[in-house]
Amino acid sequence: MSTVAVEVVYRGIFQKTLARNIVRTIVFAARKEGKIGTAFGRYGDSPERNGIPAKQFAVVADDPEELDETLARYEPTEVDVTINVDDTLCKGVESWAWYGLQPINQLTKPDGTLIVTSWQDADSLIRDMHQKDAPIGLSIVKGTVSFSGLWVYKDDHTDVRILGTLAKVCPQLVSLESMLEAIQEQMDNETKVASAQKSFDLASVRPVEPGEGNPETPYKFELPGWKTMEEGVVIRGIEAGAGFRGGDGGYQPVRSEVFKKYSTRSMRPVINFETCIKCTLCWLQCPDTCFDVTPDGLYDANMESCCGCGVCEAVCPVPDCVTMVSEADFEDNNSQYEMWQEDKQGYNSWMTALVDKQKAETRTHGFHHVGGYAEEISEMTEA
Amino acid sequence: MTTIAPSELFQTEKEDLISGSEAIALACALADVDVITAYPIRPYDTVMQYVSKLKADGVFDCDFIVAESEHSQFEIVKHASSVGARTFCGSSGVGWFYAFEAITVTAGLRMPVVAMVGNRALDDPGAFGTEHNDALAVRDLGWMLYWVATAQEALDTALLAWRVAEDPNVLLPMAISCDGSFLTHSQAIVNVPTSDQVQKYLPPYDRGKLQLHPDNPITVAPQVNEDWLMEIRRQSDEAMQRSVSVIRDAYEDFKKTFNRGDPSPFIEEYMTEDAEIIIVGMGTLALPVKVAIRRLREAGRKIGFVRVKFFRPFPTEELRQVLGSSKAVCVVDRDYSFGSPSFAGVLFHELRSALYSLENRPMMLNFIAGLGGREVHVNDVNHMVDIVQKAVDTGKIEQESTWIGVRE
Ligand code: SF4
Ligand code: SF4
Repeated sequence: MSTVAVEVVYRGIFQKTLARNIVRTIVFAARKEGKIGTAFGRYGDSPERNGIPAKQFAVVADDPEELDETLARYEPTEVDVTINVDDTLCKGVESWAWYGLQPINQLTKPDGTLIVTSWQDADSLIRDMHQKDAPIGLSIVKGTVSFSGLWVYKDDHTDVRILGTLAKVCPQLVSLESMLEAIQEQMDNETKVASAQKSFDLASVRPVEPGEGNPETPYKFELPGWKTMEEGVVIRGIEAGAGFRGGDGGYQPVRSEVFKKYSTRSMRPVINFETCIKCTLCWLQCPDTCFDVTPDGLYDANMESCCGCGVCEAVCPVPDCVTMVSEADFEDNNSQYEMWQEDKQGYNSWMTALVDKQKAETRTHGFHHVGGYAEEISEMTEA
Repeated sequence: MTTIAPSELFQTEKEDLISGSEAIALACALADVDVITAYPIRPYDTVMQYVSKLKADGVFDCDFIVAESEHSQFEIVKHASSVGARTFCGSSGVGWFYAFEAITVTAGLRMPVVAMVGNRALDDPGAFGTEHNDALAVRDLGWMLYWVATAQEALDTALLAWRVAEDPNVLLPMAISCDGSFLTHSQAIVNVPTSDQVQKYLPPYDRGKLQLHPDNPITVAPQVNEDWLMEIRRQSDEAMQRSVSVIRDAYEDFKKTFNRGDPSPFIEEYMTEDAEIIIVGMGTLALPVKVAIRRLREAGRKIGFVRVKFFRPFPTEELRQVLGSSKAVCVVDRDYSFGSPSFAGVLFHELRSALYSLENRPMMLNFIAGLGGREVHVNDVNHMVDIVQKAVDTGKIEQESTWIGVRE
């Protein structure tokens, strides 16, 4: 019995075509070897929302009956390889359907492999990942996270670079030859075949031991039963809230205990409290009511609630007062306002450094893209 | 009406990796459908996406009309059908319900519209997962209803649907139900036939003397009262009765042309020979049930499965034959009928009524499972079989209908 399952964890819409290309090519490659397969997206993620974590799967088996064995459970309970095409998702996956926070490696089998596209090194990725009690391997495909909009496909070879890596780390899936043949057939592009070959040659696996990684228990919640649920499809409202951090001044709304949303974010806002003119626009326009009002009338974006949409950055009238920066640079959800209160100078230089770094980077949260893909490809395939 | 040279795409038989929705869209292209109407609702909307892509890519030509609501969507194909156009449309859940007026009239006027229903839970609450109450709601109105289990079957059934619906002895609309998610959003390997094969199988739609055309002045659908109505209904009843043999013939021909298919167009049997307990269900439920049965058989248990493909016309004869020799029937409904005779599911009641006149009636138990797209797992199937086995062993049914996989 040799069924092999692969999942692709990606950002809804922005990486949908990327994920689709990967899972489909896997099945076509398996077909070359007389195997049978299926490719599908997790329905609970659909209709996809911009940037919200989503999953697609490819399952390959020797014959249809074997395939059925796995598909009898629509979403596989474990996969041989997890492919994560946005490194910020190493912090966890929270779909917009109610699942709680799923560790990125939750479905990865013992001794399975996690492939991540990233410029980060293994140690910093592992710090973000939740601990597992079984060993897995980590293979990094060096590169800029491949984001594009709904109607465009950023053909920066990320798809084939991952497929080449996959053929190396999971030889029981398909041979490199079949993979390259399928790529040629599906994409009709010699340079993409060359990129896949190169990634195969470069691919390496760093073992991740049990106990390595983030020790936190990912939050989840109890789903009610039909006897405990209120009738009439009623959800109780959340109480209004009180002063900032429970104090007298300012205002902090009460937020849902069980729906945090921070893993939906690939970027987060940093705030320059020195230049803020207290115009209220960020507070007013944030779709998730993230901003806590401080006693001195400033606005502190609460990182347990922020989905990283970038609206606050777009509406803030002051240049560089709100800047979206890469989520990969953070390891906690601490209050920026409190950091600033404790050490204004330290905060300001930390924040300015992040803003400057962002300006030099090509990372976007998907709504638009910066930079030329063609130049990026050679830079990434060499790395 | 619009005839174009068969697309290059369909000159040789080939296999593709496609979803049930893509399979139906391809069937539209292969059948050279004239008028397709659309209005988005998930999961049906995947079909309109693929149809519009095929049209934009020049694979086939049709009048593709995105209406402003489902009601208009179904009205347009009804009218197009009356002038002799081959038609296709579809919807899901409450979208299908919004078209209800047009849906009843389509059958009443004997328009052979083919529709795809991407099965979806009915609101409220807003949910996207599969549930069969949407398509089942039209069961009394003169629509032929079919539930498919695989993407291949979706493509094949669509071809069969136009052939049967447009048959002058039938002229009734047909809806093909595809479970949301499991079928509409999963891609499987599918054999795509050639245009030549399809053209051979599917004659052009000819409405004959009923066609609305300047050369054939007719009035369609005048106001009638008690003076005409019963006769009109009786005609529809007769057409539905006639459809049984039309389906049988069309399916035999299908198997000859395309070299695939089950023994019966109406039901699929799986390990039913010698089975003491037979599970009955519709749609993609077949997958976990078959896997469970294979394992139960390995353990020496005599369990089988019947998948009801055509729900209308209801395959009473076939089901009586297969189920008549079993000890117990385990009906799994992915639907509900609140306040029904046994507070159970729709399929259960239909089936019990079909088996009532058998001399040796098997015991019948019902399970409500997989609502709103909740998965039915192999364990759930085992659990149901255990309950039925207990009834067989004790000769006593403790509870006629049981909800499976619901949190207390
Ligand atoms: S990015 Fe800004 S506007 Fe968007 S959720 Fe986060 S704090 Fe609110
Ligand atoms: S939008 Fe900018 S200036 Fe206005 S309150 Fe928010 S951070 Fe301050």
